[in-house]
Amino acid sequence: MIEVEGLTKRYGDKTAVDGLSFVVEPGVVTGFLGPNGAGKSTTMRVIAGLDRPDSGTVRVNGKHYPYAAAPMAELGILLDARSVHPGLSARNNLLALARTAGIGRRRVDEVIELAGLGEVTGTRAGGFSLGMGQRLGVAAALLGQPQTVVLDEPVNGLDPDGVRWIRLLLKSLAAEGRTVFVSSHLMSEMAQTATQLVVLGRGRLITESSVQDFVDQAAAGAVLVRTPDTARLGQVLAAPGVTVTSDGTDLLRVSGATAEQIGTAAWRAHLPVYELTPAHASLEEAFMQVTQDSVEYHAGATR
Amino acid sequence: MTAVMGTRLAPVPVTVAGPVTQVRVVRAEWTKLRALRSTWWCGLAAVVLIVGLGAAIAGSGTAYHVSAADSAAKGISAALLGVLFAQLVLGVIGVLAFSGEYGTGMIRATLAAVPARLPVLWAKLIVLAGLVLPVTLLCAVADFFIATALESARGGSVISLTDPGVLRTVAGSSLYLTVVVVIALALGALLRRTAAGLSVFAAVFFVIPIVVGALPHTITGFAPYLPSNAGGTLWGNPLTTTQALSPWTGFAVLCGYAVVLTGLAAWRLRRRDA
Repeated sequence: MIEVEGLTKRYGDKTAVDGLSFVVEPGVVTGFLGPNGAGKSTTMRVIAGLDRPDSGTVRVNGKHYPYAAAPMAELGILLDARSVHPGLSARNNLLALARTAGIGRRRVDEVIELAGLGEVTGTRAGGFSLGMGQRLGVAAALLGQPQTVVLDEPVNGLDPDGVRWIRLLLKSLAAEGRTVFVSSHLMSEMAQTATQLVVLGRGRLITESSVQDFVDQAAAGAVLVRTPDTARLGQVLAAPGVTVTSDGTDLLRVSGATAEQIGTAAWRAHLPVYELTPAHASLEEAFMQVTQDSVEYHAGATR
Repeated sequence: MTAVMGTRLAPVPVTVAGPVTQVRVVRAEWTKLRALRSTWWCGLAAVVLIVGLGAAIAGSGTAYHVSAADSAAKGISAALLGVLFAQLVLGVIGVLAFSGEYGTGMIRATLAAVPARLPVLWAKLIVLAGLVLPVTLLCAVADFFIATALESARGGSVISLTDPGVLRTVAGSSLYLTVVVVIALALGALLRRTAAGLSVFAAVFFVIPIVVGALPHTITGFAPYLPSNAGGTLWGNPLTTTQALSPWTGFAVLCGYAVVLTGLAAWRLRRRDA
């Protein structure tokens, strides 16, 4: 479990994270979303004790991480920037970390196999592709079988096979009862992997909800209608609180009215309807909508 | 949110990770130092410089004769001239111990695994000193035997380890290099950048002493307290012209620099974002 409370972190004049509070529960995969510069990486660095917050507290599994007796049992972390030594082999990078917690060579070999690095264990990490480096970083995060796993953009640079590996890995870690907190810009991937979300904009919490609720809220009330006479249906539906948008084809997007209301109105006006679909926004659409609002809101509020 | 709380899955997962101990962090740092090529190249260069240069000096020019003006220890100091250059390559290992990790980003993985941080500094210090002290001592001893054998074969005085100040000079060169590497380590931790760390190190141990040595004596009262001059008294650094400090006092001053810089490095490591 990760508990972030009133976290504020400034770098010079720039406030990277501002009064952020959220909780990441064990047993599920929690996605961490936000536009570039929203403060995701900063938050993750503070969770790992690498950066010191200006105010607020962060607890990992109920404890203050920098004072954990067995840190690698508590938290495994993959940061966005590379954090391996290019002059050391994959194996020695992992072994050096393993030694600090008394983890044996067998576990090191195990995570090497798990990450699909079996054929390059002796190769110096400096020659790794982005994807290979990413696999090594994930292997390092898993080394201590930590109770909480924090991964910043784990699928960055991975091939489709690697993306699938991460998806299954995150789910199985959560199923084992571990806390899994993962950021990504690939919304379709996040939609398949995460069940909970923490969404950040400009260093502040926008929302903390399940993926389902997040998507439902964003899509609330929108219905797609296909009809040959879009102009007339638009007139028929015109009412306070109802907006009808057309993309120039025979498809209308109606919000503020239910599918039942639209179908009945069309039937009364003797208008044929070929399709009537309550719109389900994708996670990506929901994300764009919500973060767009947040950006505008903050820009307005600070002036 | 409430639905999630209900699905929480006990029991707490098993783990292979144990507590962080100083001994474990030392083993981790040794794993890194041993596996890095720069360690071996710089180590090899140091060995060649100390022993090779010593042999070259002893085997050329006029043979060394011990007299009232030229003590046995002074002759050995001359044969240890390579220490002046070895300190630079060993300084590279020292600076890189931290700056190499900051430069590559590995420091983040290291400090996330050891969030208490200070054990990392102590471990690097132990591992480096534990490597440099025995290696340079072996070099100095080998240099002593090779140089004295060459000198006596060429008709120079026979110098033994029991002659006044000789053992101190031989062992002192190794002690000096060990403390110098500790200073380099602290500089790397403080400055975090390889270029900055190496520049400052080379300036302090190589450039400044030479420049100061060329200045009029009236304005160089501080010269004996420069790290290289102070520490140089222990092994008779040939560049040190004014030896105002006694050997062990000078060495204590050098250790003082190391303690202060290591203290600052510890403070910065603890306080600053990684």
